[in-house]
Amino acid sequence: MPVSWTLLIVLALAAVGYVVTRARAIAQAGGDVRRLHSRPSYHGWHAALLTALPALFLIAIWRFVQPSAEVTLLTPLALLLAAAGLAFALIRTAPGFRARNAVESMVKGLLILCSIIAILTTAGIVFSMLFETGHFFQKYSWQDFFFGTTWSPKFGGGSQLGILPLLWGTIYISLIALAVSVPIGLFAAIYMSEYASVRLRSVAKPAIEVLAGIPTIVYGLFALITVGPALRDWFAQPMGLGSSASSVMTAGLVMGIMLIPFVSSLSDDIINAVPQSLRDGALGLGSTQSETVRKVVLPAALPGIVGAVLLAASRAIGETMIVVLGAGAAARMDLNPFEAMTTITVKIVSQLTGDNDFAAPETLVAFALGLTLFVTTLVLNIVALYVVRKYREQYE
Amino acid sequence: MSDATIEGAPRATQPKSSLLVADPHTRRRHAAEARFRAYGLGAIVISMVMLVVLLFTILTGGIGAFRQTYLEIPVTLEDAQLDKNGNRDPADLRKVLTLTYGKLLQQSLEKVVADKGIAIADLSAKDLSGLISKEAPARLRDQVLANPDLIGQTITARVLVNGRIDGYYKGRVTMDSALRDANTSPAQLQLADALKAQGMLATKWNWSFLTSPDASDQRPEAAGVGIAILGSLYMMLVVLVLAVPIGVAASIYLEEFAPKNRWTDIIEVNISNLAAVPSIVFGILGLAAFINFGGLPQSAPIVGGLVLTLMTLPTIIIATRAALKAVPPSIRDAALGVGASRMQSVFHHVLPLAMPGILTGTIIGMAQALGETAPLLLIGMVAFVKNFPSAPPEGLFEPASALPVQVYNWTQRADPAFIERASGAIIVLLVFLLCMNVLAILLRRRFERRW
Repeated sequence: MPVSWTLLIVLALAAVGYVVTRARAIAQAGGDVRRLHSRPSYHGWHAALLTALPALFLIAIWRFVQPSAEVTLLTPLALLLAAAGLAFALIRTAPGFRARNAVESMVKGLLILCSIIAILTTAGIVFSMLFETGHFFQKYSWQDFFFGTTWSPKFGGGSQLGILPLLWGTIYISLIALAVSVPIGLFAAIYMSEYASVRLRSVAKPAIEVLAGIPTIVYGLFALITVGPALRDWFAQPMGLGSSASSVMTAGLVMGIMLIPFVSSLSDDIINAVPQSLRDGALGLGSTQSETVRKVVLPAALPGIVGAVLLAASRAIGETMIVVLGAGAAARMDLNPFEAMTTITVKIVSQLTGDNDFAAPETLVAFALGLTLFVTTLVLNIVALYVVRKYREQYE
Repeated sequence: MSDATIEGAPRATQPKSSLLVADPHTRRRHAAEARFRAYGLGAIVISMVMLVVLLFTILTGGIGAFRQTYLEIPVTLEDAQLDKNGNRDPADLRKVLTLTYGKLLQQSLEKVVADKGIAIADLSAKDLSGLISKEAPARLRDQVLANPDLIGQTITARVLVNGRIDGYYKGRVTMDSALRDANTSPAQLQLADALKAQGMLATKWNWSFLTSPDASDQRPEAAGVGIAILGSLYMMLVVLVLAVPIGVAASIYLEEFAPKNRWTDIIEVNISNLAAVPSIVFGILGLAAFINFGGLPQSAPIVGGLVLTLMTLPTIIIATRAALKAVPPSIRDAALGVGASRMQSVFHHVLPLAMPGILTGTIIGMAQALGETAPLLLIGMVAFVKNFPSAPPEGLFEPASALPVQVYNWTQRADPAFIERASGAIIVLLVFLLCMNVLAILLRRRFERRW
């Protein structure tokens, strides 16, 4: 691979530059390092950075702009740039040259560049989705997308791509997940911060955190092979509510289990942040521990808990693997929780896996769905962060 | 008469106040207290039970993937069939198709059945030949091609049996279910039992689950996670090389150098929001940016690694910033006081002290990335990959699978034997995650400093 060879040569040149320039700086000082403004290694680094950075940037930008283009011109250009950088550094080297300042400003530039990548990622997400969503709305009217109640993509034209059934499935499953995870997570957090002995806490807290570390595909498989069939055999069929193993209930329950540690660790932090003086005051007035929790601690922690619930909701809406394996693929608007329904994330996966035709609205709709998902979760997160932050200021 | 009621009323409502006997109101309050406690304890118990049930079902379901039933029969590799010219020319040997080896195995099995006098009613020819896995002839062929001297000898071939037979010894298939199954029959199972009684059929530890590639729909017995492990490893390599330096550099800037202004505020809010963006959105980004726009190949570990890098960056940045924040300002002040520049104080003193925290956060972020599935589905990692990718850097651009995606892939197949494989792959994944988390905990224990 010529590019990796070019990279290696550039790096080797930089190493040579370090050694040569360092030696040159020492020689210029007549062997007395104290006569240099900067320590010799800074002179070396100065040369190494000047040699490597411009050439590496050239290669990176070239590869990014013209990924598949030939690289015959790239190698000599990059090497030339590296050599020029090295020569420039060698010329600049002098006892009075402030190599440390030069190196530090270059390093600082690199640090800034790295922190901009976070912004670039967001911009990349937004632009890539806006771009393709624009294509989609040229081919399919946005009213039909946002207000359509039928989802039936047909490759070959005539498909109906209304988001409402998917939105309903997403919301229904998320509500069940929250109904499971919020009470359990909240009570677990309350018990651990207000009642539990040190020993129980040292066992229960890591155990609940293990739940958080398990990948979602594991929960998905759990839903598929254990929870789904169990719910079908014990509840849905005896009650005559359907015979589908994948259902809203399956996905919601399993997602609820997944969210327990999320809710409990967030609430734990928030409850612990409530000042002890509030508890002492309530207990001093003669209230029991549970009265203290219900009437003093929880109201004080409420904004934070609301924030935690919002964050959990945004997790639930964006969760993919559990619903892919547990909820089914049929887009429908129904109240029966034992019926298979589908969500936005499931449809993004099903429209974008396999052979994609990026001119067909059936493929492009995935980007519109993704953008909807992104905006929804973003709004939830921002609101949640705002609420949590505002609450924290009260006591600090 | 009114006196009595007036005097009586207050006496009746007056509590029999005694510190030793609780009045009804107090009892109610204490009962509420006990209930509240029970709810809390119940919540913890429910979550622990769920954890146990989850792990138990996956472990019991997946442990079978690590054991596999093999048939050991003598096979005579005849010249007449495998090397008609008799010159052991590799080119000629390669022309002999897998089909021929299949016939050879079938004949050997027929011979064994006849020699041992195994007689089973209703045993059809299809039952007999179907006992051996469809993958077995290909493996025998590979074995012969690798060592042409075997031709002409009689070797004891260790061949895979059909997934149903394997399932029979793992309790997945029974005589009853075999009756209704088009792919096996009770007679075939009886044959397997007879062979087992002769010591020719045994269920043994299955290394090949960890080393062999995925196999097609009809051959669950041959499917393994070799390529998936390698693909996941390659992606972790990319994440390690990209996410760690970029994440640490970004956190150093934001924590140590950035002025407090609108721009750095935006970056900060942005990072905390990115950490909460659904992972599937990163998959869409990867598809649009790296594959459609950047022209990188589908199913390649490099694309998966890049997507996971972007996803892991916020986690690493948040952990690193916390670690940097935990280093007391006195360290920086001391360094600045003896004439170090701010850059020197950070790189020579603050960063080494924050290293354990940074490492812990990095490992946890990578563990998250290792288990991530959804974004990888969108960049084509679900493709069926039969050939191992070569060594990096070229291998990064060749198709590979990933452990969690392999699990998803197997859940989509019809044969229930693949569910066992999926659970087995999850065990492998969980073992990796466990190792990473234990490493993180050990690092924290060993190097954590309290100031």
